[in-house]
Amino acid sequence: MQYLLLIYSNEADDPQPGTPAFDEMIAGFEAFDKALEAKDAMRGGNALKPVSTATTVKVRNGKTVTTDGPFAETKEVLGGYYVIEADNLDTALEFAAKIPCVTWGSVEVRPIMTYD
Amino acid sequence: MKGSDTDQPTKMMIAQAAREDWGVVVAALTKTLGDLQLAEDVLQDSLLKAMELWPTEGIPSRPAAWLYTTAKRKAIDQLRRSSNFRKKQQDILATLVENQSSDGDSTDDIPDERLRLVFTCCHPSLSNEAQVALTLKTLAGFSTEIIAKAFLVSETTMAQRIVRAKKKIREAGIPYSIPSKSDWSDRLAAVLGVVYFIFNESYSQTGSSDASAEGLSTEAMRLGSILLRLIPNEPEIKGLCALMLLHEARKPARCDANGCSVTLEKQDRRLWCQSKIREGDALLRDALVMGQVGPYQIQAAISAIHATSQSFASTDWLQIQMLYDRLYEMQPTPVIELNRIVAMSFAQSPAVALAELQSMEASSLETYQPFQAVKADLLRRTGDLVGARLAYDCAIDLSRNQSEIQFLKAMRLSIAT
Repeated sequence: MQYLLLIYSNEADDPQPGTPAFDEMIAGFEAFDKALEAKDAMRGGNALKPVSTATTVKVRNGKTVTTDGPFAETKEVLGGYYVIEADNLDTALEFAAKIPCVTWGSVEVRPIMTYD
Repeated sequence: MKGSDTDQPTKMMIAQAAREDWGVVVAALTKTLGDLQLAEDVLQDSLLKAMELWPTEGIPSRPAAWLYTTAKRKAIDQLRRSSNFRKKQQDILATLVENQSSDGDSTDDIPDERLRLVFTCCHPSLSNEAQVALTLKTLAGFSTEIIAKAFLVSETTMAQRIVRAKKKIREAGIPYSIPSKSDWSDRLAAVLGVVYFIFNESYSQTGSSDASAEGLSTEAMRLGSILLRLIPNEPEIKGLCALMLLHEARKPARCDANGCSVTLEKQDRRLWCQSKIREGDALLRDALVMGQVGPYQIQAAISAIHATSQSFASTDWLQIQMLYDRLYEMQPTPVIELNRIVAMSFAQSPAVALAELQSMEASSLETYQPFQAVKADLLRRTGDLVGARLAYDCAIDLSRNQSEIQFLKAMRLSIAT
């Protein structure tokens, strides 16, 4: 099965570039990527630019409404994601628990829909 | 299928056999088929076939094995007919056909795969309500109707809850497997939590006229002993089983003839079941020597002190208070704090306990029934009858248990102006 790991955190809590904490986080992500690749579980993933760059689009009564910011105003925002291959939810949860941000943010694990 | 009166005893035996072996057969089928819903469907079909055949052909020597083998054949049929035939299902079908016994009449041994299913049903990705419902449905073989009755919801609501839970298992890929070492203690705690919840639910409804609630405590104890057999070396499982036995031992004295609850102080200790007390006590000792104390062992130890005390007055309350201190360190919840305060009121004095209670007073506790009940009792015992009456009124308003309400009303009446 494929799972989407959505990485949420409060941007104020994220380490800033140039700090040891930031370097540690990057090293953590590199290690995580390697761990995924070693198990042939990596199917994709990206970090996102800050939530201040987000735009939300919706169409209501045929009219496109564009607003700034994310869909829902929450303290924890989506900062990045992975797509992984895992046998089952437990394996996916094990991977999710190894994502560096999980110690100050959280990771939502969602199975990806398949059409077969 | 036509039922006749002569079929009735056979049918009851079938129903009985099915209930007892349901969990074993469903677990084994789920392991083979990789699909809980399919496993339950084919077992249900096999049961219908049994109802049809057994009254005339007689009950097979190993009914569960017959059901298991028949269900596997039905699964083969169903998988062959399946319109959206996936690769995974092809593999399952191939394995099933390959392992099918060559002799059409023989029955297979059933491997005990229940432990996997327990962990599936109690997976943290399912809500607590769903965990409880699934455990009772799949492992205990309860009907949806009985579970709905026991939890005071409509059958439709309960059926939906179970369907959604099974769907989540399938869609989210919750595995049928025993958790890894790193997750073991958390996952086991979830399983024990479900079993103890089922047990307690029967107590919170003591005095209700419904027999299905009564069945819950028996079932929780049965689930406990299954766990004990499957995982013999876990002190907390022993602790939980001991705790349930020690509680259950005191059950005959908990209600009077009118269904009104009787406090520990007023209970007729001669009604307590000594064999259950001995069994619980021995199990607790077994657990404690393993040197890994946990919340269930502590609660069992508290229960054991009560169960083995000659009288209410001679109870070692200080020991109980210390055990609650320890328990509170592990689980800092208001209910444990309240129990600690009650123990303190006997170990020291109601006034000391009342001071402690007032130190925990927070707005959220005002609507917490046990808080008001303890407060009423302590105010009464310290002579503040006006305050006590108010607290009794609050506690009565907040209670959902009939025998508890009766008890509180009687207490309220005893200090009426």
